[in-house]
Amino acid sequence: MLSIKDLRANVGDKEILKGLSLEVKAGEVHAIMGPNGSGKSTLGHVLAGRENYEATAGSVDFDGKNLLDMDIEERSREGLFLAFQYPVEIPGVSNMEFLKTAVDAVREHRGMEPIDSVQFMKLAREKCKAVNLDDQFLKRGVNEGFSGGEKKRNELMQMMLLEPKLCIMDETDSGLDIDALQVVAEGVNAMRSEDRAIVLVTHYQRLLDYIKPDFVHVLSGGKIIKSGDRSLALELEEKGYGWITKEVA
Amino acid sequence: MAAFTQQAAELTPAGLNWLADFNQRGRERWKVTPFPTRKTENWKYTSLQALADGSYLRWPQAKGAELSEQVDAIEGLDACALIFVNGVFAESLSCNNLPESVEVVRFSQANESQQQAILAKLGSIADSEKHLFAALNDSWLQEGVYLHVAKNAHVKQPIYIHHITTPEAENFAVNQRLLVHVESSAEATVVEHFSSTEEAQNCFTNAITELQLDANARLTHYHLHLEEENTLHIGGVHVNLERDATLNSFMMSLGANLQRTDVVVNHRGEGAHCGLNGIYLPNHKHTVDFHTCIEHAVPNCTTHEVFRGIIGDHGKAVFNGRIHIHQDAQKTVADLSNKNLLTSHNAEVDTKPELEIYADDVKCSHGATIAQLEEKALYYLQSRGVDRERAEIMLSFGFINELLEQLAHVPVRDYLTPLVSELFEKKFDRARASA
Repeated sequence: MLSIKDLRANVGDKEILKGLSLEVKAGEVHAIMGPNGSGKSTLGHVLAGRENYEATAGSVDFDGKNLLDMDIEERSREGLFLAFQYPVEIPGVSNMEFLKTAVDAVREHRGMEPIDSVQFMKLAREKCKAVNLDDQFLKRGVNEGFSGGEKKRNELMQMMLLEPKLCIMDETDSGLDIDALQVVAEGVNAMRSEDRAIVLVTHYQRLLDYIKPDFVHVLSGGKIIKSGDRSLALELEEKGYGWITKEVA
Repeated sequence: MAAFTQQAAELTPAGLNWLADFNQRGRERWKVTPFPTRKTENWKYTSLQALADGSYLRWPQAKGAELSEQVDAIEGLDACALIFVNGVFAESLSCNNLPESVEVVRFSQANESQQQAILAKLGSIADSEKHLFAALNDSWLQEGVYLHVAKNAHVKQPIYIHHITTPEAENFAVNQRLLVHVESSAEATVVEHFSSTEEAQNCFTNAITELQLDANARLTHYHLHLEEENTLHIGGVHVNLERDATLNSFMMSLGANLQRTDVVVNHRGEGAHCGLNGIYLPNHKHTVDFHTCIEHAVPNCTTHEVFRGIIGDHGKAVFNGRIHIHQDAQKTVADLSNKNLLTSHNAEVDTKPELEIYADDVKCSHGATIAQLEEKALYYLQSRGVDRERAEIMLSFGFINELLEQLAHVPVRDYLTPLVSELFEKKFDRARASA
């Protein structure tokens, strides 16, 4: 589904990704771990197409298409979803309106009619319930005045509504207490399916107790320097990142 | 422009006898006040050239036009409504449920005691020595509305004053006046709605509103300029706030050839509060100009003022926000924020916050920004599949909607919100068509 080869990318003038390669197949859950400043978040934004995050070399193939050629919105419509580490607050734009516009944009791309308002309302309420978010949040401005945990759950709700093929979750666990973490984990687990892939970008092993990944990668210095199964995460938890960077060096 | 001053002074109202002296005083003041040029600080960015040829100096011909089908009133307001067409009263008062403690009367219908009450207040709030067009309004005054709310009365029903303009064969002028006196501990809502029929307009409106809030009185006030774009409208809202009085006012200008509003709020008694919010959305070749001036003459008063504008096409906005804190006005809390979004390279905004402080124990802030849409927010929307143009519209709307959401009266909010969103939709359609 996602094939990244030797990807190099700059943020502004600075090179952050330095030849990153990663293969993700449908149905798989990957965890990308790494120390601060290793390029984890950059990877998410390069894949989502953020301005100033520029791929300078390498390739990214998404379901047979060149991802790097697409506009931001096109990537989303093709089924890529980035759950933001820091979701943006947009006062004055109701969450409901935003969600419906997004869902309709994706539906249009799939050749479907816009969703009926009443039906959408029902669906959105359901998803709110699934992520344990009061449906009053639908009436509020996008992320406006939401707590950290509420923002993360709002991201998850968007993901559920948009039904992407590939979910990239950028530090979705950071700043969550254990109850919120479990809600988020349940939601993500419910999204696991044969035709969907999930990439968890995280700093902490803790999340992986709740969402069991098939693969764990260590990102350091803009490259994936080690890959393994879940046991790698536990080893990292125990020993920190130092030993790998040394081992690889 | 000296010619204009002279001609305007010669245009006399078919006035009311009891107003004759008042008219005369206004005329004299008008004649001695120099007409503004681009060098006059208060008019630096707004040209009055459109008035120069004097073609608007003519009273409308129509008497009580029938317009009922075209009246686009605010629905669901359940208000006491007064409708004027080109300055002429057009529909019978529909103030059935007003308590006795409230008087709403047109100047032409005022009885003797009401005339006395009107004369006692008229012109005492709007300073026609400082405000040229208030002097002109005084001199032209023939019809107006007087609202009086007696002590302790709580009027739930909004008083809705709707001024509609409709084109005539030749250019013309309309003079409008509203005088509101809310006595102590009374409460009321006033909605001033200026609109026009959809045709090309050829009206120059000069409107003055005077609001007197006695001790502990509360007034919610809406001032909505929603006329078609070729109107000229110069207006003023002048307010006196006595001890512990509260004014919450919301102003909106959709944009026209000229929409100038001077707002003056005088804090005259301790503990008074002024909440003043406004929105302006000029595009095409519109000019919208707000000059607000809050006078803190006494201690312990508060002002919270927020104006936001989006300026598109060749539109121009002028915002001058002055807060003047006199030496005695200790413990004043005042903040002023003016934010502007420019959506076109040809759009212009001239914003000037002016904080003048002579007291030493006050808390004040002011700020003005001119910005483009936030890239981070656009990215967020786009990353959810929303295309760039749509994302821009959504953010622009949100920027304005933040203030609309705060409106206390749901029918007003429900009336204005689609107007704003439609305005942005039109822009969206144009962007799509040209893409």
